Amino acid sequence: MIRVSNLSKAFGAKTVLRDVSFECLAGTVTCLLGPSGSGKSTVLRCINGLERMDGGDIHVGEIRVAPESLPSVRRRVAMVFQRFNLFPHRSVLENVLEGPVQVLERPEQDAREEAMAILERVGMADFAHMRPTRLSGGQQQRVGIARALAMRPEAILFDEPTSALDPERVGEVLAVMRELAEEGMSMVVVTHEIDFAREVGDQVIFMDEGVVVEQGPAQAVLTDPQAPRTRLFLDRVLRPF
Amino acid sequence: MNFEGFATDLVLFAPVLFKGFGVTVLLTLSALPLSLVLGLALAMARLSPVPLLRAAAVGFIGIVRGIPIIVQLFCVYFVLPELGINLVPFAAGVLGLGVAYSAYQAENFRAGFEAVDRHLLEAGRSLGMSERLIFRRVTLPLGLRTALPTFGNTTVMLLKDSSIASTITIAELTRAGQLLAISTFKNGEVYIMVGMLYLLASLPLAAAVRFMEKRFATT
Ligand SMILES: Nc1ncnc2c1ncn2[C@@H]1O[C@H](COP(=O)(O)OP(=O)(O)OP(=O)(O)O)[C@@H](O)[C@H]1O
Ligand SMILES: [Mg+2]
Repeated sequence: MIRVSNLSKAFGAKTVLRDVSFECLAGTVTCLLGPSGSGKSTVLRCINGLERMDGGDIHVGEIRVAPESLPSVRRRVAMVFQRFNLFPHRSVLENVLEGPVQVLERPEQDAREEAMAILERVGMADFAHMRPTRLSGGQQQRVGIARALAMRPEAILFDEPTSALDPERVGEVLAVMRELAEEGMSMVVVTHEIDFAREVGDQVIFMDEGVVVEQGPAQAVLTDPQAPRTRLFLDRVLRPF
Repeated sequence: MNFEGFATDLVLFAPVLFKGFGVTVLLTLSALPLSLVLGLALAMARLSPVPLLRAAAVGFIGIVRGIPIIVQLFCVYFVLPELGINLVPFAAGVLGLGVAYSAYQAENFRAGFEAVDRHLLEAGRSLGMSERLIFRRVTLPLGLRTALPTFGNTTVMLLKDSSIASTITIAELTRAGQLLAISTFKNGEVYIMVGMLYLLASLPLAAAVRFMEKRFATT
């Protein structure tokens, strides 16, 4: 579904990604783990063209990611952001309708029905007419997921979707994501939620300083990491003190 | 200047001053939309991907802001006719003030657009929106909200600067006051009234801005 080959990227003189390669198969969940600054967000941003890659290739299905192909890439791959990034001047429902109506130019009535069904699915239908700024972080993130789903994407990129949430709000968002995974959505998830990665992830990619240190089946990498760097990271995350 | 006398003068001068007041309001309300439309066009040109358009907008704004409004009005009123374009004074006043203020409005728009959270633009991009669509659906509506208070301030400035139009024979409030003062020698009374009328006109503006800020609040 998404194939990243030898991706490299520099900001000015600073190389932030070097030869990053992995593949997220259709219907599977790939979790990107790694310390802050290791380049996880940059990988996601290169996949949907928010950042331009300097070397390597990314394919979404058979489409090669390039400036010309971005419109079709973005129709297939949606994104969910750490800070939600909902449009504050539009209601929850309008946020979800923005993509289908403005970009896909679907008839408003159909799109509205589908948007309500999606909001129902993420448990936010009752809030359809509220402004997102009135909602809790967990609720906003569920709207963020609904907005992504409304594009009927083939894959969704999640950039630390629960990192900005109160601890007790994390579960409600992860639960929605788990459901999506069970329904066969292809997902690339940057997260620090090790339990989520182990239970829902099919594959784990561990990154440090812009390179992939270790990758493999989620269970295997997380229960028995091979690289010392991965082991150290997992130790610190699982036993912070 | 005693109070009773002031009251009598008020009654006496009111018709003339109100007429001038009407012209001032009309002049302001005519120059305002012109300045807004031109200002928005300039602000959009500044954001344009076309370098030539950006440079033209920056140059225009720089020139207009660097020249006193009174000189710009003279240009419109005295110089355009030499090029074969004859405007009645009122039209010249609207054009001169509208163009002069478009530069300030452009900066208001730009400040508003630039204040829009870039993460929201990325959200738009990730939905597959084109830059043009993002401008229309995200940057414009949010930027306008941010800029609202500055539009109010600029309009109050425009109202006051419309007095400059008195120099090209437009019988607005300041000129009406001048003529009245010259013919009655009652400078104090006349100019106090003139000042109060300007103040009076700016009050509803402030209220209108407050109303719109509430109406378009995003929270
Ligand atoms: N626009 C940018 N300009 C310059 N440097 C950048 C830019 N974006 C990211 N970087 C740098 O690139 C490196 C990788 O950043 P990235 O955001 O991908 O890391 P991350 O793994 O997502 O970290 P975090 O867990 O903190 O989100 C960091 O060192 C960061 O400072
Ligand atoms: Mg990140």
